[in-house]
Amino acid sequence: MSILINKDSRILCQGLTGRQGSFHAEQCIEYGTRIVAGVTPGRGGEQHLGVPVFDTVVAAIADTGATVSMLFVPAPFAADAILAAADGGIELIVCITEGIPVLDMVRVKAVLKDYDCRLIGPNCPGIITPGECKIGIMPGFIHQPGKIGVISRSGTLTYEAVYQTTCNGLGQTTCIGIGGDPVRGMGFIDCLELFEQDPATEGIIMVGEIGGTDEEAAARYIQEHVSKPVVAYIAGVTAPPGKRMGHAGAIISGGEGTAVAKYEALETANVKTVRSPAELGSAMLELLG
Amino acid sequence: MNLHEYQAKQLFARYGVPVTKGEVASTPAQAAAAAGRLGGDLWVVKAQVHAGGRGKAGGVKLVRSAEEVAAAADAMLGQRLTTKQTGAEGLPINQVFVEAGSKVERELYLSMLVDRSKERIAIMVSQDGGMDIEEVAANTPERIITVAVHPAAGLQPYQARQLGFALDLDGAQLKQFIPLVQNLYRMFDVSDASLVEINPLIVNTDGDLLALDAKINIEENALFRQPDLQAQRDTSQEDQIERSAAEHDLNYVSLDGNIACMVNGAGLAMATMDLIKLHGGEPANFLDVGGGATPDRVAAAFKLILTNPAVAAILVNIFGGIVRCDDIANGIIQAVREIGISVPVVVRLEGTNVEAGKALLAKSGLDIMAADDLTDAACKVVAAV
Repeated sequence: MSILINKDSRILCQGLTGRQGSFHAEQCIEYGTRIVAGVTPGRGGEQHLGVPVFDTVVAAIADTGATVSMLFVPAPFAADAILAAADGGIELIVCITEGIPVLDMVRVKAVLKDYDCRLIGPNCPGIITPGECKIGIMPGFIHQPGKIGVISRSGTLTYEAVYQTTCNGLGQTTCIGIGGDPVRGMGFIDCLELFEQDPATEGIIMVGEIGGTDEEAAARYIQEHVSKPVVAYIAGVTAPPGKRMGHAGAIISGGEGTAVAKYEALETANVKTVRSPAELGSAMLELLG
Repeated sequence: MNLHEYQAKQLFARYGVPVTKGEVASTPAQAAAAAGRLGGDLWVVKAQVHAGGRGKAGGVKLVRSAEEVAAAADAMLGQRLTTKQTGAEGLPINQVFVEAGSKVERELYLSMLVDRSKERIAIMVSQDGGMDIEEVAANTPERIITVAVHPAAGLQPYQARQLGFALDLDGAQLKQFIPLVQNLYRMFDVSDASLVEINPLIVNTDGDLLALDAKINIEENALFRQPDLQAQRDTSQEDQIERSAAEHDLNYVSLDGNIACMVNGAGLAMATMDLIKLHGGEPANFLDVGGGATPDRVAAAFKLILTNPAVAAILVNIFGGIVRCDDIANGIIQAVREIGISVPVVVRLEGTNVEAGKALLAKSGLDIMAADDLTDAACKVVAAV
């Protein structure tokens, strides 16, 4: 079992013919992901990486039955592409694109409320169900089918957590990078809810970072709704206030969003926290006995 | 990207947000001439730097003659202003803003920003203008009133009224305030601002509302569609190292410690800083070399790190996913050879082709310490200092 995607998921790739889209889609196909269509306006009718390309999302869905979109469209056009996917009937949009203006995302989020559609990202590594389906830019080989759900705001730091659970034999059900932007799609709570319901997931690793209050909200949610063991790490204990640390969302402002506050909230919710990201895997192994 | 006060007020004026009359000047003579054109018998000379807290730092002077205007400008121009927001080195004052003095009846506060939890533009007002709003937020949060704007509907008149009544404005002032806040919202939206702050928004002795100060921050990600605003960028106000990093697609933030780090990915870069601290060291910087850590970029990153004279050791931490570790290793070797690095370098590689990468480093003959994992890397680099 897994959440959101599995070996049967049918994926279309918006921006398939671009440099980023081509490179990563090829890796996904090699991993076994069923990429059934590409969408690039003006390139309809072509074949790319052995996949048919369509001018519109609607045409791609009509022809291939795709329900998931992997999106590599450049930032200036990404908001439009997300809405095209939602309006076309896509159920899950995975937006890898980095650098989308935040006011575009404010508008996108308001519109998405009208659709039965989930968004992961933007500015994220994507989602993977090991051994079945990889949608995004993460290296497939560090993953292994298993029993841990991983949720993270950052890319390479997710790989650390994943790789540790691969090395110690726990493996993963599904791993989701929710992205580092301040206004984004699925958050910790949305993912926690799905992992709690997934019978194959026995433990959850949560990797947060400074900025915002999502980790604090997640802590409250865990206390009330999550019965499975959760291990958490928060990056940015040493980050100074007012400085943006790479991710647009990773900034401490007005005393809000510090790592200390997030650790406190998580510990209050009986989450096992670690001060070193190197201990995520071993802490989970210990909890699961 | 920040705008100067004078640039922000020009933008305000274009959108119909009332501001005091003023002119920007780069010399004392220009400042005196500006005062003459503005007229009156009271002027304010304000240092144009990208930081708040100017008043307390001596960057705002109230003067009563053209000679005093020139003298105040002379004292500021060419100097650096150090406020509580600038850091110890301060920011260069290349321009002053000369403004007609205002007779202040009330000082109010008005700001707009993107509220990430509500996912909307939020507008905040307070009757406690002219003071540090973060103190108001901490001590008397009930004195800050906030509305959030639905992006499809835009700012509605009832919301503007709600803010105006919260500021205890009279009928005539409300008639000024409602279009003011609506125009400001339109400006925020059209300009891709991430923060707009007016502190103070004053009611003068004639009962009129005026923006006495103006702070605008434009979102970096949106600059591609704001060419007019991007042209107003003043790079003299930005950290020069961070600026040159950005030109190489590197994300760099300078810190106070002596252990430099070079990492791929923002989250892992923060985590690496935390690990250095956890094991008793002090990080000298945050540096994210991004996903495509090519040899050229690695070399640029080393050069950047070494511009900080405090650096006593370097930790390279790369989780190669799509990027191959042997490519990274070659980049490191090339950079260390080219630049001639004299401080200890600890390298931790993980991911694709990691064994080949480690072998390359081992046989390079360079003084590079290989680390097995995150903890080992942090311990080794702390011990090396």
